[in-house]
Amino acid sequence: MTTLLDVRGATKRFRGLTAVDNVSLSVSEGEIFAVIGPNGAGKTTLFNLIAGVMKPDAGSITFDGAPSAGVPPHELCRRGLARTFQIVRPFPELTVMENATIGAMMRAADMDAARAHAGEVLRRLDLWDRRDARAKSLTLPDRKRLECARALATEPRLLLLDEVMAGLRPTEVDRIVAILKDINREGVTILLIEHVMRATMALAGRIHVLHHGATIAEGTPDEVTRHPKVLESYLGAEAL
Amino acid sequence: MNPFTLLARLVDEAPRRALVLLAVLVAVLLVAPVALDRYLLSVFFLIFWFATVGQAWNVMMGLCGQLSLGHALYVGLGGYVGAVLWVKFGISPAIAIVPAVLVAMAFGAAIGWLGFRFGIEGVYFALLTIAFAEVTRIGFDNWSYVGGAAGFFIPVTAGGGSAINLRGGPLLFYYVALALMVAAFVICAALRRSRLGHAWLAVREDPEAARALGINVFRAKMAAVIVSSAMTAVAGVVYAFYQSNLFPSQSFDIARSIEMILAPIIGGLGTLFGPILGAFILTPLGQTLIALVEKIAGRAIPGVNLVFYGAALMVMIWFAPNGIWPWLKKKLGIPEERS
Ligand SMILES: Nc1ncnc2c1ncn2[C@@H]1O[C@H](COP(=O)(O)OP(=O)(O)O)[C@@H](O)[C@H]1O
Ligand SMILES: [Mg+2]
Repeated sequence: MTTLLDVRGATKRFRGLTAVDNVSLSVSEGEIFAVIGPNGAGKTTLFNLIAGVMKPDAGSITFDGAPSAGVPPHELCRRGLARTFQIVRPFPELTVMENATIGAMMRAADMDAARAHAGEVLRRLDLWDRRDARAKSLTLPDRKRLECARALATEPRLLLLDEVMAGLRPTEVDRIVAILKDINREGVTILLIEHVMRATMALAGRIHVLHHGATIAEGTPDEVTRHPKVLESYLGAEAL
Repeated sequence: MNPFTLLARLVDEAPRRALVLLAVLVAVLLVAPVALDRYLLSVFFLIFWFATVGQAWNVMMGLCGQLSLGHALYVGLGGYVGAVLWVKFGISPAIAIVPAVLVAMAFGAAIGWLGFRFGIEGVYFALLTIAFAEVTRIGFDNWSYVGGAAGFFIPVTAGGGSAINLRGGPLLFYYVALALMVAAFVICAALRRSRLGHAWLAVREDPEAARALGINVFRAKMAAVIVSSAMTAVAGVVYAFYQSNLFPSQSFDIARSIEMILAPIIGGLGTLFGPILGAFILTPLGQTLIALVEKIAGRAIPGVNLVFYGAALMVMIWFAPNGIWPWLKKKLGIPEERS
């Protein structure tokens, strides 16, 4: 299988703190890959490095065969990398439709095509009925789905999802899990950060575990949950 | 898309009631001069003019979220370029509008580049726009070729009454400014639904999220300042010929910059009708006040209308914090504009 994303020895320091410490991982085309770890483990920082928001202090990142560390986010989006934000960032004063259209317009030939594509994505994420509502008036589950819809509207090859299921009720989690599986089946590679273990186990083929910025394990859900270091530092504490 | 299909589509998609309102308004304004005297014609000129520059400023602030407090700069530059080319070289303002716009765009691009490239944002960016206007004012004060602080004058006789050279009476300027206001409205309506317009809105709402969706935030902001300065410069040329004189202390004054942004703020930031509505409310009231004070005090007191505008702003923030148009739209039952 071809490698879509390759992170080699990525390191990011904030003053004294090493938020991401020599992390290497490799995501293949078509898979669902999860990064887990307790709060403050460096997951979001790792995402920011991959998405071009920050430049790693050391190490290299390759997306789709080309070096991508330090490439600005809008350029990476053009190359096929889309991300959601852990703390959702909808365009509050714009309608749900406008939010999605802005995501869709990058690849669309014109604004009509962008609106049409945005409509499809909204239907898929059960937001079509809310299309004329302002984003600021949405409930949290709707906002989380809008965050996904907007990213998906850019037609990415790799979708980075930062805790899109946190704070949702189990039925809503199941709904998103089903949607993500569907999207993945159509060929979108997914790299997700999750705290909700139930969702991670249901989705991910491989899991990468971070702790204090460093890798402590990587493998299938089964392998990872049986890994002594993981049990000790993470799963034990959170009582899987 | 050619201008006609574009116009047809705008008409197609706009809310019915807003369209009827607009058509009636334009029709009334087209025939209104038969009932207006010279003074009222000049008041309407100011209304249209402030609606135009308000629309232009709104591109930057209302659509793209970038606060400029130095927009008088583009009025002044446009005015000086138009006036100097006409008086010294006999070039018609109809042609001089091109270099006038280019000069203003160059200044806008310089300010934008400095601000946006180096991450100067919000209030600090606003200060940068003020600083540019001030420095330019000082430059013109000391530039004797264009009259320095003593000002630059366009002879009223030059070319006689020729519409194409913007030499004429209040009636001519009434229609020129009306055309500007309508053009600015149509341009902004088209921009609002374009790709660029959506990029601006995204940048205004959340630059970080916009970037993640493939929008080049720097480019979008640059486009906003360039479009805005260009539109403002056109209005600047017309204003210079209307006044027939230019003084650096007025042309680049922050008081003018402030006066220019009140209509869109009071009418409704980021809306298409806001700048027009704001100008229709503020300008007549301000002009009435100036006339009243002159009658009572026996002489003109400069800045009295600005004091009034300040008061109006406070009242508005109290009753309709998003501006009058959004409030009125709700009252009239006009649905939200679709993107
Ligand atoms: N921009 C930043 N500046 C300084 N410290 C940061 C910044 N972003 C994250 N950190 C710190 O880096 C560590 C990792 O944070 P983060 O990547 O958000 O973890 P996670 O997403 O796994 O919860 C935390 O200690 C956090 O406080
Ligand atoms: Mg995080």
